[in-house]
Amino acid sequence: MATEEHGGEAAHGPMEQFEIKPLIDLNLGGYDISYTNSALFMTLAVICTFSLFWAATHKRTMVPSRIQSIGELMFEFVAGMVKENVGKEGIKYFPFIFTLFVFILFGNVLGLLPYSFTFTSHIVINAALAVFIFVAVTIIGFATHGLHYFRLFCPSGTPLPVAIVLVPIEIMSYFIRPVSLSLRLFANMLAGHVLLKVLAGFVISLGIFGIVPFLAVGAVTMLEIMVALIQAYVFALLSTIYLNDAVHLH
Amino acid sequence: MPQFDPSTFSSQLFWLVICFVGLYWIVSKFAVPRIGDILEQRERLVQDDLDRAESLKGEAQQALANYEAAMADAREQARTLINKVTSDSKIAAESRNKKLGAELAVQISDAEQRIAAARDEAMSNLASIAADAATDAASRLAGLDVSSGDAKAAVSAAMAAKGAA
Repeated sequence: MATEEHGGEAAHGPMEQFEIKPLIDLNLGGYDISYTNSALFMTLAVICTFSLFWAATHKRTMVPSRIQSIGELMFEFVAGMVKENVGKEGIKYFPFIFTLFVFILFGNVLGLLPYSFTFTSHIVINAALAVFIFVAVTIIGFATHGLHYFRLFCPSGTPLPVAIVLVPIEIMSYFIRPVSLSLRLFANMLAGHVLLKVLAGFVISLGIFGIVPFLAVGAVTMLEIMVALIQAYVFALLSTIYLNDAVHLH
Repeated sequence: MPQFDPSTFSSQLFWLVICFVGLYWIVSKFAVPRIGDILEQRERLVQDDLDRAESLKGEAQQALANYEAAMADAREQARTLINKVTSDSKIAAESRNKKLGAELAVQISDAEQRIAAARDEAMSNLASIAADAATDAASRLAGLDVSSGDAKAAVSAAMAAKGAA
């Protein structure tokens, strides 16, 4: 397991917080499917979402309470994003985009709590989401437009000399989408948490002057809360933009 | 980096799928319909209120139009009434003037007749007064005793000569 490899020398290093620790050992057909700290925080994200929307909707007042306002705000925010980017055809994909947004949002925000784990700082999670979106968008594209979907790589009216240069670039940018989508979130989460950990390490070692990195940790935590929200938004937004390409071409 | 330890991938992916599918189910069956319902209900309520406000506004405008029509009607009635009263009083004044004029004309002609009679009387008296004066003058100045008949005849002859001259 990863924990054993890193356990000794990197016990208090900035990377320790990313270690996957099994809580319940499980095995399915030779594959390790242990319930880990990562899985725990994914479960917490699900529970938080459910609790939020239960609390937001169980009273159903015409003038919303605070918690109901939060639920409605999130709903309208994502609904507006989907409507703006994809239009009416995007409504059936709205629950998926909304799920994606809340899942990443809670993954990022819960990860900022001390001693917690950030599952979005693991590339395999982000890559799985990004590849799923990429494959889904490609299938939707071909299902909607058939072979016309290839027009995505070459907008109509492009002169041949331009097309020779443009088409490979377009194809490359299309296939780089899942990579950039997952790496962006991964790098943001990783960098933020490493920075927080490194700064926090100085607080004790500098003694009385530790107040300086302590304040810096406070400031960076504010920044990281913002980054957590923005990255969830960006991930969902780019997914809707890709979806729009598939639904409407150019 | 723990992120690149492939031994953890299978469990991460397994629980990702479980949690994401679970969350998708919660979102699509629970969160989205309920929030959507609330928003739709509110929108309907607001729309109802707006519709009602619109219809009330229409009613108010109708009432205003009615009021203005009534006002215009009343003003028109008042004007005709005033016109009628003015013309009536004008006619009455004219007839009164005419009556008064006629009365005055009658009085004037009466007065003129009375004046003419008085003048004639005065004129006839004048001749006898002159004859008397002439008789008196003749008796005092010349000692002549002129009869009143002669005096009268002389006066009327003198008056006729004067009138002729």
